[in-house]
Amino acid sequence: MISSHSREAYSLGQIPITPSAMATQNGCKLCAPLGASLVFKGIRGAVPLLHGSQGCSTYIRRYLISHFREPVDIACSNFAEQTAVFGGGANLKTALENVSRQYDPALIGIATTCLSETIGDDVPMFIKEYRAGRNAATVPPMVHVSTPSYQGTHMEGFHAAVLAVVSALAHDGTAGSEQRVNIFPGMLSPADLRHLKDIVAAFGLKAMVLPDYSETLDGGLWDTYQRIPSGGTSVEDIATAGSALASIELGHTLASRTLTAASLLEERFGVRAIRIGLPIGLRQTDALMLALAEVSGRPVPPRFTEQRGRLLDSLVDGHKHVNTIRAAVYGEDDLVAGVTAFLSEIGITPVVCATGGRSRHLTAAVQALVPQKRHAHITVLEEADFAAIEAAVAAVQPDVIIGHSKGYAMSRRLSIPLVRVGFPIHDRMGGARLLHVGYEGALALSDRLANALIDQRQAASPVGYTYM
Amino acid sequence: MGTAADSKKEMLALDGKDPGTVRRKLLEKYPPKIARKRDKQIVVNRIEPDGTVPEIQSNVRTVPGLISQRGCCYAGCKGVVLGPTRDIINITHGPVGCGFYSWLTRRNQTDPEASPDGHNFMPYCFTTDMQEEQIIFGGEKKLRQAIQEAFDNFAPKAIAVFSTCPVGLIGDDVHAVCRDMKEKLGINVFGFSCEGYKGVSQSAGHHIANNGIFTHVIGTDDTVRAGEFKINLLGEYNIGGDAFEIERIFDACGLTLVSTFSGNSSIDQFANAHTADLNLIMCHRSINYVAEMMEKKFGLPWIKINFIGAQATAKSLRKIAQYFDDPKLTERVEAVIAAELPTVEMAAAQVRPRTEGKKVMLFVGGSRAHHYQELFSEMGMRTLSAGYEFAHRDDYEGRRVLPDIKVDADSRNIQELEVLPDADRYRPRIDECRAGELAAQGLQFSEYDGMMTEMVQGSLIIDDISHHETERMIAMFKPDLFCAGIKEKYVIQKHGIPLKQLHSYDYGGPYAGFKGAINFYEDIDRMVSSRIWGYLKAPWQKNPELTAKYAFE
Ligand code: SF4
Ligand code: SF4
Repeated sequence: MISSHSREAYSLGQIPITPSAMATQNGCKLCAPLGASLVFKGIRGAVPLLHGSQGCSTYIRRYLISHFREPVDIACSNFAEQTAVFGGGANLKTALENVSRQYDPALIGIATTCLSETIGDDVPMFIKEYRAGRNAATVPPMVHVSTPSYQGTHMEGFHAAVLAVVSALAHDGTAGSEQRVNIFPGMLSPADLRHLKDIVAAFGLKAMVLPDYSETLDGGLWDTYQRIPSGGTSVEDIATAGSALASIELGHTLASRTLTAASLLEERFGVRAIRIGLPIGLRQTDALMLALAEVSGRPVPPRFTEQRGRLLDSLVDGHKHVNTIRAAVYGEDDLVAGVTAFLSEIGITPVVCATGGRSRHLTAAVQALVPQKRHAHITVLEEADFAAIEAAVAAVQPDVIIGHSKGYAMSRRLSIPLVRVGFPIHDRMGGARLLHVGYEGALALSDRLANALIDQRQAASPVGYTYM
Repeated sequence: MGTAADSKKEMLALDGKDPGTVRRKLLEKYPPKIARKRDKQIVVNRIEPDGTVPEIQSNVRTVPGLISQRGCCYAGCKGVVLGPTRDIINITHGPVGCGFYSWLTRRNQTDPEASPDGHNFMPYCFTTDMQEEQIIFGGEKKLRQAIQEAFDNFAPKAIAVFSTCPVGLIGDDVHAVCRDMKEKLGINVFGFSCEGYKGVSQSAGHHIANNGIFTHVIGTDDTVRAGEFKINLLGEYNIGGDAFEIERIFDACGLTLVSTFSGNSSIDQFANAHTADLNLIMCHRSINYVAEMMEKKFGLPWIKINFIGAQATAKSLRKIAQYFDDPKLTERVEAVIAAELPTVEMAAAQVRPRTEGKKVMLFVGGSRAHHYQELFSEMGMRTLSAGYEFAHRDDYEGRRVLPDIKVDADSRNIQELEVLPDADRYRPRIDECRAGELAAQGLQFSEYDGMMTEMVQGSLIIDDISHHETERMIAMFKPDLFCAGIKEKYVIQKHGIPLKQLHSYDYGGPYAGFKGAINFYEDIDRMVSSRIWGYLKAPWQKNPELTAKYAFE
């Protein structure tokens, strides 16, 4: 067993290790309030509010917007220099008041920035004070999550917000009293969330998906003005999460957390917690199907068996293109773990698995998901930046790189094709519509992988073959 | 007051809508206190015979909870002013996000081959990525190591450090660290205390950046380069290749560009910018401080020019020729204009049948909301309403109001440097008599008349427009095109109205100079003529009987 340390690369095999650096050069992680904002965007009628100075909310908005290509409103308590000295209570209350008035929100989700965290603002107390002077019926529920980015990345912010929402709102229910399942999907694309909801519905179950930004961050044009884009999981559904048959949380690296939304519901209401990896690829999707079959007491609907068949068929068709290929994968811990599992299923060796994340659980996840005989060829990097990732990738020269847009420079310098997955994708259209999960997601991913390789071979061929 | 013709123009200005009603609709949702504040930032334009315009409140803090377009001081300093220089390693001292979000997002271009060493650090993002330990025990040690690492790995000739919000609170002395490292490494290392909470917007960061470059870089190299008619271009950031087009025109005219602040720039150019003979200011808001300080210290005068718009470009070139007053230069400038303008005018004529009379709104930045009105008017498009995101009163009303601007608590903390003439190097380029002569001929030094003086009577000016007001404006006017940034893009487009990003130009550019104008006409033509907006409703939504009919058949 390999132990986890920060800022290090673990070689499961013989690959040279990148020395740890002090500064971060070309980071492979974003900051915590971004993850929290994303979660709040997945709740119906919610408005995220950052407690700090306006730059953070502006930057985070522009970043989310450039990926989703949708409006993303995030309010801010807008610190001034004096606020930074005397604390942000008054600013937060003004902001709460103005957000309530303009949006009439169903929920205000408050995340802190590094500034208010450094000051040590007591946000729960400010909220209490704000509510105290007002009629409870007219004030929307508020959820506060502490998200200092000097403690965690966007994924820590994301998971902390999911937990905070459930902890603050879920106060009702008798476990199993409804044909319903809670899904905590982790940070997936709107297309993924839609697909997951379809899958759960096919088992005759209702789903409470938190967060569900499948509509709020991937909607159609408006014929009437929508103050807050429609869609998302309602506050009421979250409130009664305790009556579900089970909670399914996706992501192996959640094991690094002592308390998660699912484990909290188990503690509070006795709702069974099931943890599986992100359903990327064959076995991980099988696990989801089995879990749902078990929870619902119904067999897996035939259409999924058909989808699985089509996936296998395409893998057989495409195997000449992908077999024995070597790949580098980077991104969020759980996404990397999921993609890695899938790669190893289809005969691609994941020679570099890297994350900027700090769950310190990726190594264990990769070890569990990839057959042991391949471990010798794999380098896992945790808490890595692109300087480290590129050094590792350059050392092993894989055939393909899989990850988000920030790896493009590396892909270009090394002349290795990049297949885009995850977040952020701001140099291609449709980043938010990429499907990663389920048999269909695996099919889409394997087609794109095979096509990237074919494309490169085709471009490199002196003849210009059209029959590959 | 106005004549009949004037009032007709005014009718047109707001599409015949009553300005009072429009303002009321913008403000009605706000609580009284905020409405009162916003009221002073929303003004109906009126140019008096003496050229004065109404006062507009600007550069004041955005109300918490109102969603604004604005960014922070750090964004203005590191992102805007210093970001486009290719050979300085910029280290963001703070947690990871601030640096990540400002990593190559502005589409500044650069030509590394223009420097002998070929350095280009713009595609990199360096940050100390502060962790809890630094927040508690201080981050100076980590910063020192980060500077050392950057030096060891890249051997740059300069390193700059930018502080983000937490740094100011924990009290790291970045300037002391920079001084030490400068001595140790023997290269220029300098820091900026541009914590995001300072000032009210990016604008504070511009000022801090100006102060820093002036103090640490400008005038550090007295080499006089060869060439005639030496100019600096200030406030041009080479978004989408604008600077390349302007450089092409300068070359054609025989002008020698010593430095650009800071599009397609190298730190070496800043170092001897003081050897030029004229400063040209493009974006007044972000860079006027450098021009003012260079004038005081080295005697370089500045004039306001604008290379957005073909006519504006021609006019600006003529101003430069007028200043140097050399027949050879004047002749060359006229030859360039004569060679370039007809093609541009032809391009404009081609799009005009589709763009003429279309309505546009511009809410962006600190100069572009003004400059781009030129390009639109060349296409026959009308500006209904405009406003800046972070400008000051002088950018709206002209520098004549400078003495009247009240300095509030937010701006008072941004240092004004005390600048005196340099004992050896102060050299006034023209004497007062000559300056007076030129002024009489219409060449104004140290002047900018602002946006409002050039806008139609009765148009609506909105400073720091909020999200809510944007929605209202869209609903009331249904403009044919809206200009802002990426944060506004998709909300506007949800209403079926195209949005042109004037920060980053979407995927296009250059839009400056002559060739840029043609690009712009074509891009805008495509946007306002796109048919997609007509398909907003499905046939069965437009016409419910349709479904019934087919069902019946
Ligand atoms: S200060 Fe913290 S929260 Fe704000 S952008 Fe920087 S890392 Fe993110
Ligand atoms: S922390 Fe401060 S410097 Fe960083 S983005 Fe936020 S406001 Fe700007």
